[in-house]
Amino acid sequence: MFRTALRNVLAHKARLLMTVLAVTLGVAFVSGTLVFTDTLSKAMSNQSAKSYEGVAVSVTDYGRARGEDGQKQGDPGIGQQTLDKVKAVKGVDTVSGRVQGFAGVGDRSGKLIGSGWANAGANFAPVKDGKDPRYTFTEGSGPVKDDQIALDKDSAAKGEYQVGDKVRVATNGPVREFTLTGVFTTEDGAVNAGGSLVLFDTKVAQELYLQPGFYRELSISAKAGTTADQILADVKPLLSKTAEAKTGAALAAEQAKDIERAMSGMSTGLLIFAGVSLFVGIFLIYNTFTMLVAQRTKELALLRAVGANRGQVKRSVLAEAGVVGLVSSVIGLACGIGLAVAMRSAMELFDAKIPAGSLIIAPATVLVALVIGVLVTMLAAWLPARRTAKIAPVAAMGSVHLPATMKSLVLRNIIGSVLAVIGIGVVLLGAGQKSDGRTTIAAGAFFLIIGLFVLLPMLSRPVIAAVRPLLEKVFGVSGKLAAQNAVRNPRRTAVTAASLTIGLTLVTAMSVIGITVGQAVDRLSTQNIKADYRVTMAGEGMNLDKSVLPALEKGKGVTAVSPKTMEIVRIGGDSRTVSGVNPAALDAVLNVKTTAGDLASLGQGKLMVSAKEAQKRGLSVGSTVDAQYDDGEKGKLQVGALFDGKDQLEDYVLDNRILAAHNESQYLPEVLVKVSGGTSAAGQQAVVDALGKNPAIKVSDKAAMRNEMAGMINTSLNIMYGLLGMALIIAVLGVINTLAMSVYERQQEIGMLRAVGLDRGRVKNMIRLEAVVISLFGAVLGIGVGVFLAWAGGRTIAGSVPGYELVIPFDRIGIFFLLAGLVGVLAAMWPARSAARLNMLTAIKTE
Amino acid sequence: MTAMNYAPHHTSQAVAARATQLSKVYGQGETQVVALNNVSVDFAQGQFTAIMGPSGSGKSTLMHCVAGLDTFSGGSVRIGDTELGSLKDKQLTQLRRDKIGFIFQAFNLLPTLTALENITLPMDIAGRKPDRQWLDTVIAMVGLSERLSHRPTQLSGGQQQRVAVARALASRPEIIFGDEPTGNLDSRSGAEVLGFLRNSVRELGQTVVMVTHDPVAASYADRVIFLADGAIVDEMREPTADGVLDRMKAFDAKGRTS
Repeated sequence: MFRTALRNVLAHKARLLMTVLAVTLGVAFVSGTLVFTDTLSKAMSNQSAKSYEGVAVSVTDYGRARGEDGQKQGDPGIGQQTLDKVKAVKGVDTVSGRVQGFAGVGDRSGKLIGSGWANAGANFAPVKDGKDPRYTFTEGSGPVKDDQIALDKDSAAKGEYQVGDKVRVATNGPVREFTLTGVFTTEDGAVNAGGSLVLFDTKVAQELYLQPGFYRELSISAKAGTTADQILADVKPLLSKTAEAKTGAALAAEQAKDIERAMSGMSTGLLIFAGVSLFVGIFLIYNTFTMLVAQRTKELALLRAVGANRGQVKRSVLAEAGVVGLVSSVIGLACGIGLAVAMRSAMELFDAKIPAGSLIIAPATVLVALVIGVLVTMLAAWLPARRTAKIAPVAAMGSVHLPATMKSLVLRNIIGSVLAVIGIGVVLLGAGQKSDGRTTIAAGAFFLIIGLFVLLPMLSRPVIAAVRPLLEKVFGVSGKLAAQNAVRNPRRTAVTAASLTIGLTLVTAMSVIGITVGQAVDRLSTQNIKADYRVTMAGEGMNLDKSVLPALEKGKGVTAVSPKTMEIVRIGGDSRTVSGVNPAALDAVLNVKTTAGDLASLGQGKLMVSAKEAQKRGLSVGSTVDAQYDDGEKGKLQVGALFDGKDQLEDYVLDNRILAAHNESQYLPEVLVKVSGGTSAAGQQAVVDALGKNPAIKVSDKAAMRNEMAGMINTSLNIMYGLLGMALIIAVLGVINTLAMSVYERQQEIGMLRAVGLDRGRVKNMIRLEAVVISLFGAVLGIGVGVFLAWAGGRTIAGSVPGYELVIPFDRIGIFFLLAGLVGVLAAMWPARSAARLNMLTAIKTE
Repeated sequence: MTAMNYAPHHTSQAVAARATQLSKVYGQGETQVVALNNVSVDFAQGQFTAIMGPSGSGKSTLMHCVAGLDTFSGGSVRIGDTELGSLKDKQLTQLRRDKIGFIFQAFNLLPTLTALENITLPMDIAGRKPDRQWLDTVIAMVGLSERLSHRPTQLSGGQQQRVAVARALASRPEIIFGDEPTGNLDSRSGAEVLGFLRNSVRELGQTVVMVTHDPVAASYADRVIFLADGAIVDEMREPTADGVLDRMKAFDAKGRTS
């Protein structure tokens, strides 16, 4: 029987082409993901291991823990004396103390080089012979004076800086000019991932990032013959309580583990999309084998007639599927490896440098790829194979294959309806449960989608009948015939459309939720801002220097400046977050509605409380509360005003001068600025100028503030669209497959139509429209279900997003529709061509 | 073998289709097969012509070439005033749509259309409104008035072929070609269909050309043309089934001895 199966595969090469392609793509996606993440993970671990090369023990000390009384105590880091003591330990060869923090470098036009979050600065810590083992200088040498710096090679190249040039460097404080003394390369992961690194003289770095005389980290190397563990044991007693010491090997292992964890997260994410692609592929394979079995009814019946039993016939079909799966998997695996190589080069194009390393093709990857490919193909062929068992030996004598009975479709519709109704019910139930309903909705969605797939054949008739008059009107006979052909084999149409339905359900649901949340957050982020600009650091969540406040006040045309800080203050015994603002400017930069009291009371050092919080805690204008600040000092605060809404401010608001007085290193994330004349290019320039053209500081107008959020959501949506693109490609293959099958089966008909006068163009149109109708049918259902699920999912997050309102992005949905139509047109290209070229005489020659 | 000219001598009768020195060659060199060898023939208007000949004689090829379904290697074909050799596919398609009707052995109806929709299909394709009165006449003639809303699968073979005959007649083509129109029918249904074709010629003035290998079918025609080895070897007017059969037997015997 196996030989029969093999022969069949070879005999139906052309008809199996799409199946092979679909499985190949799915397997390529899976194996590409695995190979890529394995390779990346290995390369990154190698790199981190390399950066710990020669480090016997590393000590880190974040200093100043809070004591039992909640106060910070102790040194801010590792003192110079500790370093000297460590140096004296037996077996220690060299010790280098390190400090690091943020440092942004502007190019000649003042724009920040590299991606905000990875712009680092550190000290150049030469050990023996004036070299720092962490950095390899390709030009010049390390900084040894106050006004010198060195820059990593890529950043220097991007800024077109040569040794000897003046370079403006921004740390948290004002911008300073330094002279470039050297250019280096390093194994630092962040630098290699597209960041930048500035090296300062140790004294400068300590001033910038910590405190003169203190380090954050010590790297200790050992003399030959001394083990890292020995040194660790000897060094530990010399350190303060807050210090953490580990051997280089342990740190490298830790980091490798972190990398692996991050990578497995990434590979799981990618594999989910690969899974969707394979799932979509199942429909295509199912269709192919259903057709092959139907066309071969006579042949299979003959096998039965000459004595093959049911099991043998079934197994021969399954074996055929197995062979196809295996061949496709092998091709897919090869493509996957190619894909991984391509992905690596593609990432380098996008500036994310990946450490070099050999391609890792783990045996597990090979096994997984082959098993998945074979399994998916055989699984999809299972039902068609089972159907062969129903073929009676006598069918060998008949001329036509078995028609589908009506009964099975009735049963099918009942099952489908029940499943779909249960699904809708469960989804609605989940939507009613608010934030706990997500799992319920997922379960409901599963039932709904399965139910819908079961119902698709029945749904195809009325849905397609609805568009038939339009098609007939616009495209005449071609349109009429296309609509009729589309519902001729409802099961096949359904399975073809289903693959598009899956993809579009996901895409639509994600788009609707993403855009809904985006707009809600958007509204939230700017609706109550009256300021023209927001000033922040370029890097996410970084701290502005206090000096920006007076600098901005002096800016040309600046009318109001207010910091927006957050500070934990114990109020009435409980920790509460308090917003710090400039009372004089508050009304100019934010829209604050007071419900009681006077906004001006803030300027008198009084507390402003949100109306909701005041009600909860029984506060009113004139009440007095106990307060304990960051530095432990206690005091009393009088409530001066109550305000409504809290989207820009916390529940408690104070004059920031009061908060700053109790915290010398106050965290200043953003400053709001109002200028005369409102948002304009000149106004923005004035603010930038006031800040000393600091490349590390970002000045955003309202549009930019809004774009920040929208941009983030758009980026993640685009990544998702890209990943679902693979599923879409397989759906296109499915449509091609179905059409090719239909054209093959209807050769006679098409020949007749040509003979009685349908020209080639209209034959093409007929096939094309059939494809478009099928695709749009899949799209309508997918988009419908997607919107429904997004609505349900939205209910669960509505509670946590104030002002939540479902936004249906009609423009995007319109694009999805167009794309679905385009899928149809594209998929029909080849089948339509072969239909138009069909030899008419086949219609006449019957045998 | 010498090519004989079977064009009628008296040219007073108008010609619906004419092939002149028509040849069709497949392949090249060693594998070359001559399907039609300089065939010249006229099909007069209002006449029912049957083309007969053994398998491989080229009878189907002749019909395909004259009907604009197949290309030819040499000579010329005219339908009415139109020379087919110079036409592009698009014009040829239009010609078939507007001037030619077809009846196939396998009925070739579209299963998705009703009987009536199948009948009006060529006119739908042309975007023409059918002539209601003519359509009724045709439908009444083939006796399908009761079954117009049925789909082909709900009709018997004979009924299906009657739909096909009605489809060919409905657009009032200049000429109808039939390729073994009774090949898939039992003798009673076959006789019915042939009767309709003959009536359409006698009563409606239609021109019909039919390829067949059945002497009984051929006997319904006004004229029978015999083909062998890609050339016309004989013709018979006012044929009878027995006469045709005898002629065929004679060719067969000749073929075997040669």
